[in-house]
Amino acid sequence: MDEKDGCGQDGQSTPGVNIMASMEGRGPSCLNVDKDALAGHEKPGFKLCSYVDSFSETHAGRIPIVKSGLGKEDLFSTVYVRWGIRRHDYKVVPGLYGIGHPDRASEVLVTANFKLTFDHLRRALPHISAWILVLDTKGINVWCAAGKGTFSTRELVKRIEACSLEKIVDHKRVIVPQLGATGVSAADVKKQSGFRVVYGPIRAKDIPAFLKNNRTADKPMRQVTFTLYERFVLTPVELKNALKPAFIAALVLFVVSGVGPGGFSFSGAWERGLLAVLALVTGIFSGGFVTPVLLPYIPFREFAAKGIIAGSVFAILLMVAISSAINGMAGFGALFLFSMAISSFLAMNFTGTTPFTSPSGVEKEMKRFIPVQVVALAVSSGLWIYSAF
Amino acid sequence: MKNLRYLDNVSTLVLDDEKCVGCSLCTEVCPHAVFEMAQNRALIVDLNACMECGACVTNCPSGAISVSPGVG
Repeated sequence: MDEKDGCGQDGQSTPGVNIMASMEGRGPSCLNVDKDALAGHEKPGFKLCSYVDSFSETHAGRIPIVKSGLGKEDLFSTVYVRWGIRRHDYKVVPGLYGIGHPDRASEVLVTANFKLTFDHLRRALPHISAWILVLDTKGINVWCAAGKGTFSTRELVKRIEACSLEKIVDHKRVIVPQLGATGVSAADVKKQSGFRVVYGPIRAKDIPAFLKNNRTADKPMRQVTFTLYERFVLTPVELKNALKPAFIAALVLFVVSGVGPGGFSFSGAWERGLLAVLALVTGIFSGGFVTPVLLPYIPFREFAAKGIIAGSVFAILLMVAISSAINGMAGFGALFLFSMAISSFLAMNFTGTTPFTSPSGVEKEMKRFIPVQVVALAVSSGLWIYSAF
Repeated sequence: MKNLRYLDNVSTLVLDDEKCVGCSLCTEVCPHAVFEMAQNRALIVDLNACMECGACVTNCPSGAISVSPGVG
């Protein structure tokens, strides 16, 4: 009953969530829809995936028809995965699926088997009937998998054959997301499988318009964006990935902070160590969260330089906040440099996450800024130990 | 992406106009509108927007395009 209530609430505000089924009066609750789908298809040891609505019998066997709306389960796990939790095992089984009421004339949309990608696609197709061909990309999104070679000509050709696509549709055409083009050669797919690759839009939300427009994408559909929201949703993983190294760094900071006139002191380690850890946390916040979110508004093109700017601002704010606890310029200098270097490093790290940084540019930036960061760290440690005497 | 540009003069993208057959697939797959068609030939119109993803290289039927980034 919980599920029914949850669906009802979502249905008020979000179009296309799975309450749609019950709103149209097709079933009294989501739970019952699932049971109907499984009727006659039960197998010992198998459980129906919550996103499957029903099954369709075709010349190539029984194909699961998925829901367009996301259920509560999908939404919760999206939050986990955005934080990097169980991210590497968030997959759907590769193969052929359907959505709506696909027939022999329906388009075939190719996608990756990262469940976040799969959910994104089906959510964009609330009133579309199509086949969905899921490639085995080891649970990685389309663009990254194309870059790494798992979303590839070979995998696409293999999957077309394995699913007997020629028995499912009368046409010879598959729609591949544009960002898959890095790994897929349209000419080779045609040669090896007989199917013609049509490059669809970058964003799943443009698919309905693309289909309506005789499978042509206008210019904005072909260009990537990196909006404030798109940057924001990537930051939890940045912060989570910084967690383990930060923990090790904190231990080192406590040890280094204990060094003083009387050799090693535990009270020094604790009191001064806490200040150093505050500087570390400030640097992580600045480089792993603020810089990515405010990216276009921070001066300079190099991410490491953007990290220095943001890091300096936050380091100064931190110095003001804890000024009474630090005595001497050396202590201030040490914490400032440390916080700034951490911010610069994490900002530089974000180049690997964006959709517009070239490897050649990143290499140039790293050659220039890693030495700066290392020197800042070395000077900072020297000053920090010196300031204890 | 107008307000988000990365470093200038670093991309290793090269287009050989002699080899271009004018299929325009590069203008379709490029996520940064680096190419445009002019007189049935592809033209690099925004080299500094190139992120060296290689989509154009993989799909060019005549091998007219290359990128050679280092390890990154």
